[in-house]
Amino acid sequence: MSLNYTKKTVQHFLHPKNVGEIKNPDATADIGNMVCGDQLSFSLKVKDGRVEDIKFLSFGCASNIATASIMTERVKGMTLEEAKNYKWQETVEELGGLPKQKIHCSILASEGLKKVIEAYEQKQLKK
Amino acid sequence: MKIYLDNAATTPLDARVLAKMKPYLSKEYGNASSIHYMGQKNNLVLEAAREKVAEILGADSRGFIFTSGASEANNLIIKGVMLANQDKGKHLIVSAIEHPCVLQSARQLIKHGFELDIAPVTPDGLIDMPALEKLIRPDTVLVSVMAVNNEIGVIQDLKTIAKLVHDKGAYFHSDIVQAIPYLDINITDLGLDFASVSAHKFYGPKGVGLAYLNPKIKIEPLIIGGEQENGTRAGTYNIPSIVGLAEALELAYQEKTSHINKIKELRDYMLEKIKAEIPEVRLNGSLENRTPNNLNILFSRIEGEAILMDLSMKGICVSTGSACSAHNLKTSYVLEAIGLTLDNLNSNIRFTLGKFNTKKEIDYTVEALKKTVKRLRKFTPIKK
Repeated sequence: MSLNYTKKTVQHFLHPKNVGEIKNPDATADIGNMVCGDQLSFSLKVKDGRVEDIKFLSFGCASNIATASIMTERVKGMTLEEAKNYKWQETVEELGGLPKQKIHCSILASEGLKKVIEAYEQKQLKK
Repeated sequence: MKIYLDNAATTPLDARVLAKMKPYLSKEYGNASSIHYMGQKNNLVLEAAREKVAEILGADSRGFIFTSGASEANNLIIKGVMLANQDKGKHLIVSAIEHPCVLQSARQLIKHGFELDIAPVTPDGLIDMPALEKLIRPDTVLVSVMAVNNEIGVIQDLKTIAKLVHDKGAYFHSDIVQAIPYLDINITDLGLDFASVSAHKFYGPKGVGLAYLNPKIKIEPLIIGGEQENGTRAGTYNIPSIVGLAEALELAYQEKTSHINKIKELRDYMLEKIKAEIPEVRLNGSLENRTPNNLNILFSRIEGEAILMDLSMKGICVSTGSACSAHNLKTSYVLEAIGLTLDNLNSNIRFTLGKFNTKKEIDYTVEALKKTVKRLRKFTPIKK
């Protein structure tokens, strides 16, 4: 099995951006991959319909950490609609590619992002 | 800094072994099956190697054949014995923690009308003897239990298992790949009908192994189309590698005591240091019934592949049974068999020491590990 991560993936694994938990978040969401057991927890802060801040916690492999890192970087400042439509393929592309068996990590990150935005929207509806 | 702590995966070739192999990689290239002097000369070399391994492993030299490695030896034994002895029955038993080449050979037989049972192990990783006894039937042909597990280093009591299997009228095979040189293997005394060996696990070359086949038991060959090994395994004799295997095996047992003492001291030192300096760790499998080269450690709440990659960036080579590191994204069935729960199955690292490791390397590794574990635990979503 080739697990040759790109330099960019390694950088984001070693120095991940946006790790941690936001204090007083507007929404949180956990997501797990039933196949490999990886988990991500997102916390979100929204301002004027845009992603003001987003952070994550990870129980996962190097690519799980790297994909969440780069994705959270990219979606900051986006409208919620834009962020919800941020595709996992863009994460893979940003990292310069991922080993085939690691593609699912980027999908997990995107699903988690969607889940935390939807959690926020649900909360708004209830208000 | 390069630190290699993955010696159960493979070991470096010993320089003395390479020196012995060299003439056969260049000038002495005769085919050992040829009847001219160049061939006959190498035929003597081949038979001398066979005698040497037979003497070390304690069985009749006629029972040993050279293969491309332990995967081939295990495939040959599992399938060849079952196919050739159908008059005896069509049932076989392999342990839950066998190497995939044993497990999958056994599973392949199911497609051809054979019946397979898997023998469970205790939380220590040892064969559950009463359970094994219950599984053996009158039509059981073969039972296969590895001597030492490749993931957790746990040692099985081969002699007792062999006796049980023979008392019940079945044949006994053991994959002894990880046992060399940690256990004294006397095939006759232990009561093994079949055994498999791989040279690159004890500082020999890759691509060569050994199968011991009790000459009194029928076996169907896997590779045919040549008279080598009395027709049991076709293919030109790989003289350089066979010479390398025999030399490596001899050195391994000659230097066994100093090797084991050194490795055990380092391994115990490493385990104590990890336990003292890193919180939330646990050893997987029995420490007592374990080869002195192996540590398999659970690092709670963080993922094995991430630990491995972080250490790899620091020059340290280890392995993990986490799903993320596997082709099939499945967790280690060995750790599952010894009772690890789902939330712990992805958090394990295997360190396997070798004869070239030093105390300095262990110190460096534990220091690196401390930082790695601390960093990854900072952002794990899993609470204590």
